[in-house]
Amino acid sequence: MGHAQKATEFNKDEAKVNWHDKALWYVREKRDKSAHNVQGWEYLRQLGSGIKANVLSNLDKYLIQFETNAKNNGIQVHWASNAEEHNTIINSILEKHNAKKVVKSKSMLTEECHLNPFLESKGIEVVDTDLGERIVQLAEEPPSHIVLPAIHKTKEDVDVLFQEHLNTKPSGGNPEYLVGEARKHLRDKFLNADVAITGVNFAVADTGGVVVCTNEGNADMGVHLAKAHIACMGIEKIIPQEKHLGVFLRLLARSATGQPITTYSSHFNKAEEGKEMHIVIVDNGRTEQLSREDFRASLHCIRCGACMNTCPIYRRSGGHSYDYTIPGPIGSILSPGKDLKKHSSLPFASTLCGSCSNVCPVKINIHEQLYKWRQIIVQEEKQPIVKKSILKTAGVVLSKPKLYKMAGKSARFALKHAPRFMIYNKLNAWGKARDLPEVKHESFDEWYKKRRKNE
Amino acid sequence: MTNSAIKVGLFIPCYVNQLYPQVGIATLELLEKLGVDVYYPEGQTCCGQPLGNSGYEQDSKGICNLFVKNFNDYDYIVGPSGSCIYHVKHHFDILEQTPEVKRVRNNAYELCEFIVKILGKTDLGASFPHKVGLHKSCHGLRGLKLGKCSEVQGEHYSTEEDLLKEVKGLELMALNRKDECCGFGGTFAVFEEAISSKMGKDRVQDHIDSDVEVLTGADHSCLMHMEGIVNRNKQPLKVMHIAEILNSSL
Repeated sequence: MGHAQKATEFNKDEAKVNWHDKALWYVREKRDKSAHNVQGWEYLRQLGSGIKANVLSNLDKYLIQFETNAKNNGIQVHWASNAEEHNTIINSILEKHNAKKVVKSKSMLTEECHLNPFLESKGIEVVDTDLGERIVQLAEEPPSHIVLPAIHKTKEDVDVLFQEHLNTKPSGGNPEYLVGEARKHLRDKFLNADVAITGVNFAVADTGGVVVCTNEGNADMGVHLAKAHIACMGIEKIIPQEKHLGVFLRLLARSATGQPITTYSSHFNKAEEGKEMHIVIVDNGRTEQLSREDFRASLHCIRCGACMNTCPIYRRSGGHSYDYTIPGPIGSILSPGKDLKKHSSLPFASTLCGSCSNVCPVKINIHEQLYKWRQIIVQEEKQPIVKKSILKTAGVVLSKPKLYKMAGKSARFALKHAPRFMIYNKLNAWGKARDLPEVKHESFDEWYKKRRKNE
Repeated sequence: MTNSAIKVGLFIPCYVNQLYPQVGIATLELLEKLGVDVYYPEGQTCCGQPLGNSGYEQDSKGICNLFVKNFNDYDYIVGPSGSCIYHVKHHFDILEQTPEVKRVRNNAYELCEFIVKILGKTDLGASFPHKVGLHKSCHGLRGLKLGKCSEVQGEHYSTEEDLLKEVKGLELMALNRKDECCGFGGTFAVFEEAISSKMGKDRVQDHIDSDVEVLTGADHSCLMHMEGIVNRNKQPLKVMHIAEILNSSL
């Protein structure tokens, strides 16, 4: 099922769509206020974009530098070329520590690699400790947003879910009560965890350390209590120097939620004494994306989610309609590179309004890349026969003025004189919720000709 | 250069030609009032945008070449549709960049931008005593940068507002969401029907909630989509292209 069908499903509950749209629009407006209060915001975006472009052009060098420095700090560094290797490496580290209980702080990479089901199949308990992540984990759903994973759920939904899984009392969706209960539940998981897994927001090449940004402090809590810390990162998470955090930390939280900075920016540079720290560096299709000149800049992404919050389609179709780990506009330019056939509807789930490119803190030309993927998809994937023949025919008719004139005239004649049932039926998607334009008695061409005659 | 020495090729987009002749007429009359030397090249069809945006760019080369052939002889190419002009300027890169192609791409202007930027006029002597809501089309706003969009930091400006503010009796109403997309999006309107209609419905409602009597804009494709919703739901809103307002002298 493509995006359009899933979006149609989501739109069956209009009140929910309105609520979802408003919740995310609120975040978008908060982002505007917060970003526009920073003098030189657009320059800061330019800097962020430039640093990322430099990183991607020198990625080999930076990755080796990062590995060397990390190893010098006593961190064990692992390389995974794909999801399977990533999962296997993590499992072997867990086996070494005889770990049965793992706490994880939010990591889209481990979602991408489907780490949770893999570890669960080995009898390991994995608990996502970010509250939103925990909510979707209990609901057995994937996150619907990369920063606000449970944004598709109302507080009433969470109330019901917690009653079922955490034995809470019905509270009518009281946020204070529900958060308090979640805190108790998670504290127990933190205290008993063997190993903590985190994602990485920034990996600093010249220090060999990683930075993790959270609002709940759950990354720190997990890492400080467990025997070992495994940090998982995509190869594009590198920044050259620590001072560049001054650019990215300012961009990230403002773009994501409108906060000046995340509550916690945690720097992990080496393991605590008596403990272990591992970093798993993952490719999983990134090198291939890097090789595609038109789409390379998609790897600038710092996973702030601003393009989702601003996207009028995302807001009204929900993250699950994209059926990819990273939903929304950025996901729609990343996913075709992973599996063109499976994700071929996503670049079309956009009006190309361009708002995503404007909010992107690292200036990814998202809407232009969507346009480019469309051209590739039409060439390489089988297209619906009706769409294909209409557009191919249009290509011919519109390049021949005489044919065009005839076609225009007969179409207007048909529109004007056909009975309503012939025009408004289930074959006409336009006419489902919209009227067709009222046909005038002449075209502009015809009017102009008459006028010239009378001159 | 006096206006009469400016040779303008009038570009009337295919759907405006076929379905909204009044918009073409208003555009032509407006340009004539401004004293420029307007020509309407016969044999013009389309800019190729519907194909390009649907992924059929390669099949649109004949259309694009015809466009260049039709409009090569003019100082400026002016059309009442931001998105078509955007397509000419940004997506004719699929053609070999001959001097003709480059010239046409450089000289293509959306109507409002041409009036304000090239002719340097904002007061066109129009009068339109109504409460008006301006829908800023995305391709005009974010593509051609006819105004500052809400995402970007900087001083406010808007080419269409500059023109509407000079219209006598016209009251420009503030919208809740200044520049949200209407959801038309070309073939998106059909292949993502549910979202497209919902977006249009929300956009129309914003105008109604803001006491707008007449919804206008510089891109009639957005207007066609929203008018379809207004008519279907019998909503108390009139939809008119900005050229019609700027050309009125009630």
